[in-house]
Amino acid sequence: MSIDAMPVESAGAVKSGQYELRGEMLRDLLRSKTFRVGAAILLFWIIAAVLGSTLVPQGPYAQNLNAINQAPSAAHWFGTDQLGRDMFARVIVGARDILIVAPLATLLGTVLGTALGLMMGYFRGRTDDVISRFVEAFLALPVVIIGILGVVALGPSNGTVIAVIGVIFTPLIARTVRSAVLLERELDYVAAARLRGEGALYIMFVEILPNVLSPIMVEFTVRLGYAVFAIVTLTFLGFGIQPPSPNWGLDIATNYGVVAAGYWWEVLFDALAIATLVVAVNLVANSIEQVIEP
Amino acid sequence: MAIFILKRVGLALITLWILSVIVFFVGQVLPGDPGRAILGPLAAPSAVHALDQTLGTNRPVLTQYWSWISHFVRGDMGKSYSYQTAVAPLVIKALGNSLKLAAVAFVIVVPLGIFGGVWAALAAGKPRDRIISVVGLSSTVIPELVSGIVLILVFGIALNVLPISATAPPGASIPTQLDHLILPAIPLVLILFGYIEQMARAGTIEALNSDYARTAVLKGLPRRTLIRRHILRNSLLPTITVVATQVGYLIGGLVVVETLFRYQGIGSLIVTAANGKDFPMLEAGILVIGVAYMVATLVADILYSLLNPRIRYQAAE
Repeated sequence: MSIDAMPVESAGAVKSGQYELRGEMLRDLLRSKTFRVGAAILLFWIIAAVLGSTLVPQGPYAQNLNAINQAPSAAHWFGTDQLGRDMFARVIVGARDILIVAPLATLLGTVLGTALGLMMGYFRGRTDDVISRFVEAFLALPVVIIGILGVVALGPSNGTVIAVIGVIFTPLIARTVRSAVLLERELDYVAAARLRGEGALYIMFVEILPNVLSPIMVEFTVRLGYAVFAIVTLTFLGFGIQPPSPNWGLDIATNYGVVAAGYWWEVLFDALAIATLVVAVNLVANSIEQVIEP
Repeated sequence: MAIFILKRVGLALITLWILSVIVFFVGQVLPGDPGRAILGPLAAPSAVHALDQTLGTNRPVLTQYWSWISHFVRGDMGKSYSYQTAVAPLVIKALGNSLKLAAVAFVIVVPLGIFGGVWAALAAGKPRDRIISVVGLSSTVIPELVSGIVLILVFGIALNVLPISATAPPGASIPTQLDHLILPAIPLVLILFGYIEQMARAGTIEALNSDYARTAVLKGLPRRTLIRRHILRNSLLPTITVVATQVGYLIGGLVVVETLFRYQGIGSLIVTAANGKDFPMLEAGILVIGVAYMVATLVADILYSLLNPRIRYQAAE
């Protein structure tokens, strides 16, 4: 998400000051070592996801029953699995699935959560109380459990995972947006808009929203890390994309049974891929948070 | 104090009721026809109809909800579709197993987290503090799936020092059971360590910077006594709340850890029920987790208010 693309017109007098601030933030971000390390790893996985099978010598689906459960070698850097498929190809191409599903799920949650949070914070009173109670009931369950419940109701697929994670994130993001809106709505520019006779929708989305974008962006990046975490877990449990698709969580679940026989490479590289992606997203999220909310 | 507790219990009950509605509707109503879901798309309509009749899933939704929840609060959680036995004993046994695993994890992580946080805070800004913080942060973001796999590969297979199955042979002694639970507990410990450590660290730093700590230093109190008597007591307050809210994360982690280490706890029960479309067992498992979480939060709130009178008086007003 580009920082410069944010509409700043509605902020009126503070327009130019705010703009400078955002440029400065970007410079601070690029200077941060945490951000650079995280972004580099992330970039690697994005390239893997985009180019996919063009980067690898064998296709991720190509079976070779004469070379099953082979240890890592020059021909197969990460070894082969129970069907003789090249693990290196499966790990590289496996990045695509998670890098599509996780951002989409987070985006869905951010959009819904922002709308809900704006309403809760702006209307307060009864609307806020009722929604808050539902949010609390929702938060009484671990993400993975709600995920399982949702996937059971809708059937396992990537679309379901996106919808389920998006809906789970909605109240979490709404809570953050709500508290930011509660502060904003007391400011003069909101009172001015109300006196001008603007409608509630206009005030919420055109006046208040641009001024609460910073916490929303921090939420988005932080949630993205959680999304990768949750999606990997759900696919491992069998509630996401189905075989034979190359997917890290799914491959671990499939190959986990033969680990006791000593075929460690069939799960280790997938696990390491997950670890690097999660850490990278969190490094980026942390540095963005530090720049925006020092 | 009584009013405060009553208020909290009342709120918890309302939340649980909403939760039961969500669980019931998502679990029972959204999948459409349970008979069809169990028998699959190829089954004859008459067979589906007969199964719906037996399960009682062709009654009006509100009637179904009422009969489910009114039995549930009396301890009757219905009958499992796949096991054809009462759900309650299965859920209770699984919950017991999970509590055992969770207890092992908590016993390790709470002292470790608090110690780590306080120790880091006492060297705030120095290398020791930064190392502990980085370790805490990274262990918190790594999924249990990844740490579990690595632990199994290293300690269970390469070094072969710990069993990779959490389930001890039947009738095993307590030390043997513990032996089986240590490896599965570590991923949970890693996830929780960061949160507890950060809270303890922040609480300690705040206490160290307070006026009373400075007064204590100026009146010549030895550092050891200062930490024990003034700092710890105040820094542990927020930590208690965090420990309780972590129960949710812990249960989420149990789902993966129990599946990975083949342990029959509440997490793997839910996964089995979900895969087998065993709706009564799934709903019972999830609601029980909700209850466990609410109880933990409630206990934390009450404990917190006992330790911090300011909260108690505010809430009573």
